[in-house]
This record gives sequence, structure tokens and C-alpha cells, in this order.
Amino acid sequence: MDYSDLTKSLIKGNTRAAARLITIVENDIEAAEVIINSIYQHTGKAYILGVTGSPGSGKSTFISTLTKSYIDLGKKVGIICVDPTSPLTGGALLGDRIRMKQYFSLDNVFIRSMANRGQLGGLARATEDVIKILDVYGCDIIIVETVGVGQSEVDIFKSAQSVVVLVVPGLGDEIQAIKAGIMEITDIFVVNKMDLPGADKKVADIMQMLEFKKSYKYESEGVGDKFMKIDKWTPEITKVNSKTGENFDNLLKLINKHKTFLQDSGVISNYMKNRIKNETIQILKHKLTKKAEELIHSNNKIEEFIEKAIKKSLDPYSLAGEILKLFFEK
Amino acid sequence: MSKDKIIKVLVCKPGLDGHDRGAKVLARALRDAGMEVIYTGIHQTPDDIVNTVIQEDPDAVMLSILSGSHNALCPIIMQKLKDQGIDDVLVAVGGIIPDEDKPFLEEQGLKGFYGPGTNLSTIVEFVKNNLKR
Repeated sequence: MDYSDLTKSLIKGNTRAAARLITIVENDIEAAEVIINSIYQHTGKAYILGVTGSPGSGKSTFISTLTKSYIDLGKKVGIICVDPTSPLTGGALLGDRIRMKQYFSLDNVFIRSMANRGQLGGLARATEDVIKILDVYGCDIIIVETVGVGQSEVDIFKSAQSVVVLVVPGLGDEIQAIKAGIMEITDIFVVNKMDLPGADKKVADIMQMLEFKKSYKYESEGVGDKFMKIDKWTPEITKVNSKTGENFDNLLKLINKHKTFLQDSGVISNYMKNRIKNETIQILKHKLTKKAEELIHSNNKIEEFIEKAIKKSLDPYSLAGEILKLFFEK
Repeated sequence: MSKDKIIKVLVCKPGLDGHDRGAKVLARALRDAGMEVIYTGIHQTPDDIVNTVIQEDPDAVMLSILSGSHNALCPIIMQKLKDQGIDDVLVAVGGIIPDEDKPFLEEQGLKGFYGPGTNLSTIVEFVKNNLKR
């Protein structure tokens, strides 16, 4: 199919073209290839901000208030809200728009809900593509809301320039703050619902964790697909009230500070490199998995191997080895 | 459009009607039928709804109205969708819709008209069979 009319309208900033292209890249990975290929050179203008936190920590309300702050500065904001897909039926209930305020208009805010469609890590497969479409569409800031995370849904830090993690008072003690995973990928901690008792205790717990981290400064290199951020930035922390907007001026300053840090320290080029590497790995994984599946279902030799495995004369590792040989023979 | 296209539905409550139990039950039923359901909550103006349709690009829009204001709200929504050139989306209305109002709403391009007590699978089948794309 030809998507050039849609991509041309997208580049001109047409809202319906953006929406339709997002639908297409969500549903058809081959079409996504064609579309991204034709718009990629126009990407790279938007600042990508990841927002994550446990279910109920107030992500949607927080994003609504943050978006208002950016609109007031004359920015155009894109919001991508990812919610989970049912592993049983494939259906999903996407309810993040409920919290998004109505003073948003089509001219300054584009909100899109996405189901993760079974992908682990807190994002959907097509999220990277949707970010690119909103970038070309003309958004200055793209806010990506991940699914309500547990502790290890950390994919967002591979896509976003700055990652904001929301925590709320009264959930978890100081041990939660020193666990691995989400606490390690954070650029800015936000203690949301600052009017609740325990907000200062939460700030203190996180500060303690960060102090500890500082004394163990390390630089790690990417191994496999685990590209760590280079540890020169000490995460900032602030408390806010998303309902009243209290302290958001401070938060905007911190986000700007991180943005400036990325530029001045040169970490941004590292980030760009890792982002492209990671994305390429994801695409390769997808393509290779598909090829491997096709091969397994179509090659008679493999049936023989499987028979052997059933009779216990071949184990699954060796079976995979044989398939790999066939794979590269082609 | 493609092989793994998942049906995307917008469920919303236009106007000053707060009776959202039915809309929530319906949202859940469509979810359980394997659809991706966006629920926007109550008190949606026609502009809110049309903006959401533009951005989310759903296959179907399910309006739930129990306040009696369907004859006022639905034509505005349909007109605004038309103004935007949106003609490939199924728009259905349900809730409390008296029989005598149905012909007028049908004229406007609306479908459905399911009320309290409707079997949920009836509505699921209705959505699946009436999509425009």
C-alpha cells in the first residue's frame, strides 16, 4: 500500500493523518517499516519524557498538570498512554484519558492511548514508532506514560531522554528504595500527593538511597541489550501535588536541568547511540523470531529432530543448535 | 487493513449525565471480547468526543445517554464528525432511547439503541458486524 499521502500530510502537521498512521503502525509491522522509512529524516526535534510509577501513583493526573505547564509555555505536547492488554482475551481497557483535562485542544495536545499487546517492559511494541510519528507531527515534548509498573518495567529509559518516576507516600519502606530495577533508571524522582502524611519521609528515604549510590560511582558499558546510563547524573527529587499544581515550577526547572546536563556533558550522544542500538536489536529480534518460527513450521528436517527430542535422544539445546545451522544454511 | 488488526472502541458519556454503570459494564464486556476499549468518563462535550475520535482513530464510538438528551446531543456529534470528514466510524447510541426517537436518530446515522437488560453478547456481535472498515 502507498502511504505517501498520509506521510506528506503528517509532515505538514495534519492531526488525522497522525492518528491514522499511528493505527497503521500499531497493527501492521510491515507497513510501519515503510512509514518510518519515509519520515525518519524528519524526526529528532521532540524532547521525550518518560513517566512511570506504580498503579495508582497518579501518573495520568500528574501528566495532565505537567502538560498544562508546558502549554502555558507555548509548547505543543504529545502524550502516549500505555495500558496493559489482557493475556487471556487480547482486549484492553484504556482509561488514562479520564484524568486528562478538557482545557486541552486539538491544536496544542495530542493524546493517544495504546494497549501494550502483551509486550513486557512497560511499553507497547509500536511505542517507538508512535513517538516518531508525534515527533514529525510537530510535538515539542512527547510524554510517554508506561503501564503502571511493578519494579522491573524499565524499557522507558531506552526511549526517553528524561525519566520521571512517581512515588507516593505510604507505599513501601526504605528497602523498596534500594531494590534494583526502576529506582536505578530514574532521572527525577517525584513524590506525588505531597499533601498526604509521610511525604517528607518518602523524600528522605530516596535521598538516603541516592547518597549511597553516589559513593559507589561506576561507569558501565552496554552488554547485550542492557545499555546502562552512564552514571554522571545524580537524580533529582521533588514533591508535588498534581491536583493543585503545587511545586510544578520547581519540577520544570529540574527537567530543564537534566536536559541541559545531557547536552553539556555529551551524554546525549551516548543516549542516541544506545537508543538506536536498542531499537535495532528489538527489530532484529522480531524479524529473526518470525523467520525462525516460519522455518520450524515448514522444514521437514525439523520434524525429525523433534521426534528425536520426544524419544529423548536430542535435548532442546541441541535441537535449537540444529535449527540454527539450518537457519544460516539458507 | 491488516491481519492482526484489533477492534478499537471508544465508550463515552456525552452531556451532563452521570449514570455510568452501563457504560462501564459495556466497556468491560467489549474488553473481554478482545477489543481495545477507551473509556473517557462522564460529562463529555460533543467537541471532547470528536477530538478524542480524531486522535484515537477508533473503529466504533459507543455513546451512552440515559438523561433524555439524546435528540439534542447526537445530531451535534454527528455533524461535527461530518465536518471533520470522519465517515468510516460506526457510531452507536444506547441507554434510555424511546422507540419514537429512533427513526430521527437513525436518520442522523446512528445505530444500536440498546437499553438496560440487553444481553452483552448482543452488543458485542452488533459491534463486530457493523464496523465500517
